[in-house]
Amino acid sequence: MEALPFDLQILNALAALLLLLSFAMLSQRRIVTLVNLLAVQGALLCIATVLLAWRTGANHLYFSAGLTLALKVIFLPWLLHRLIRRLGVYWDTEPLLNTTGTMLIGVLVVVFSFGLAQPISALASTATRNAIGIAVAVVLIAFMTMITRRKAMSQVVGFLSMENGLFFGAMSATYGMPMIVELGVALDVLVAMLVLGVFFFQIREQFDSLDLSHLESLKEDQ
Amino acid sequence: MTAFDWVAQILGILAALLAAPLFLGWVNQCRAWLQNKSAPPLMLPYRGIRKLFHKDAVIASNASPLFRLAPYVVFGTMVTAAAIIPSIATRLPFTRAADAIALVGLFATARVFVSLAAMDVGTAFGTLGARREMMIGFLAEPALLMVIFVASLIGATTALPQISELLATQSLALYPSLAFTAVAFTMVLLAENARIPVDNPATHLELTMIHEALLLEYSARHLALMEWAAALKLFNYVCIGFALFIPWGLATSQAPFVLTLSLLLLGAKLVLAGAGIALIETVSAKLRVFRAPEFLATAFLFAVLGLLVRLLLGA
Repeated sequence: MEALPFDLQILNALAALLLLLSFAMLSQRRIVTLVNLLAVQGALLCIATVLLAWRTGANHLYFSAGLTLALKVIFLPWLLHRLIRRLGVYWDTEPLLNTTGTMLIGVLVVVFSFGLAQPISALASTATRNAIGIAVAVVLIAFMTMITRRKAMSQVVGFLSMENGLFFGAMSATYGMPMIVELGVALDVLVAMLVLGVFFFQIREQFDSLDLSHLESLKEDQ
Repeated sequence: MTAFDWVAQILGILAALLAAPLFLGWVNQCRAWLQNKSAPPLMLPYRGIRKLFHKDAVIASNASPLFRLAPYVVFGTMVTAAAIIPSIATRLPFTRAADAIALVGLFATARVFVSLAAMDVGTAFGTLGARREMMIGFLAEPALLMVIFVASLIGATTALPQISELLATQSLALYPSLAFTAVAFTMVLLAENARIPVDNPATHLELTMIHEALLLEYSARHLALMEWAAALKLFNYVCIGFALFIPWGLATSQAPFVLTLSLLLLGAKLVLAGAGIALIETVSAKLRVFRAPEFLATAFLFAVLGLLVRLLLGA
């Protein structure tokens, strides 16, 4: 048997847990739990970043771990919970597909993304290159989470989860993005979140619900 | 193969036969404690079996020979399965006869016979139970096979004792894939043994029961064998779980001392596992029958995720 160093084993385990959380988010119907899962995903990402920083000695990774902790574990979930309370949306009904079907398609997505990531992993020289496939899978499953939901709230959670996947991908492929890019992305996400928060209220005022299918028709008269 | 291996083999089978009803009693007792009820005595399953063996059998007049044969076949397959599963020692002479995939086949054989026997007499409840049993079975089996595939990938063999010997003796390593499959296996265990999220073992409400509905027509010694086989099935599943996920303490060498130690450790593991099953059963609610596919699809998903993680990360 191959004897991986223990910290790498933990990193692998964290990658596997991230994938598992993506599936949990894919199958979750309650928006409150969905936000909590997002916070857990952020926390796992933070731990993985700290571990990687300790392993590689790349000090800027500590900084991005701190950023992840502040933004994705504490601030954004808090903001989302507040929005849920104020909008009074606790349930996300009417998924477009049933849970079992969604999960099985999710498995196919994982297989696809593992195949997709194979050549990239072969090119990468990092110790965590095997996890690139998982990062791609997390991104695509978050994408699926967005596609299979109708309500604006869970689509936003899917969007944030996608960002988590991208971050993890960058981390495992090249030990993190340059600091300036990372800051830019973090700011983007933050601003997008704030704008979307305002947007939610506008949508609700216009349509009395957060169901995005209302936005599909171009004219108001039916 | 030495005489000692045969001793270990026979000891393993005897332990399974004797401990299975005791384990069932322990699970029931824990469950009663957790639910604030006064617990049934630990030996109740034994007494039930003894009582049933002393009764005269009543068999429906239109029952075919298959109906009489089924309890013996089911009991026999469960004992054979107990002989293959490394519960106390890994060097078992019997394991040359069948690997882990054949073990799944053995369980399937038992299921087919139970279901056929339930349909044999032609009562509505028996047929209903048989159909449900087959539905659960056909959903649980792929998940169980996936669990075994993951373990086989890690051990590079499908023989259960070799896998657990390898896992027990190598240096400690984190296996996320095994963790996922452990969750999947627990779910399959609950579904296959008619435990709470899928079936309530304590119910006699006709519309919800699965396992009880299958046994409605049986009495006396046939019923005793069926109940004993059900207890053995639970014991076997728990021992497969031990062999794959907590194999430490299995006797891998030939020494009476090691064998005794592994027997004691098995007892300790069983005590913990029984409490665990009772806890899961207490905190979860029974699912509607139509939700059972969702439950088992989740188990399948966990197992497939384990497989994918194993293939990609090598972990």
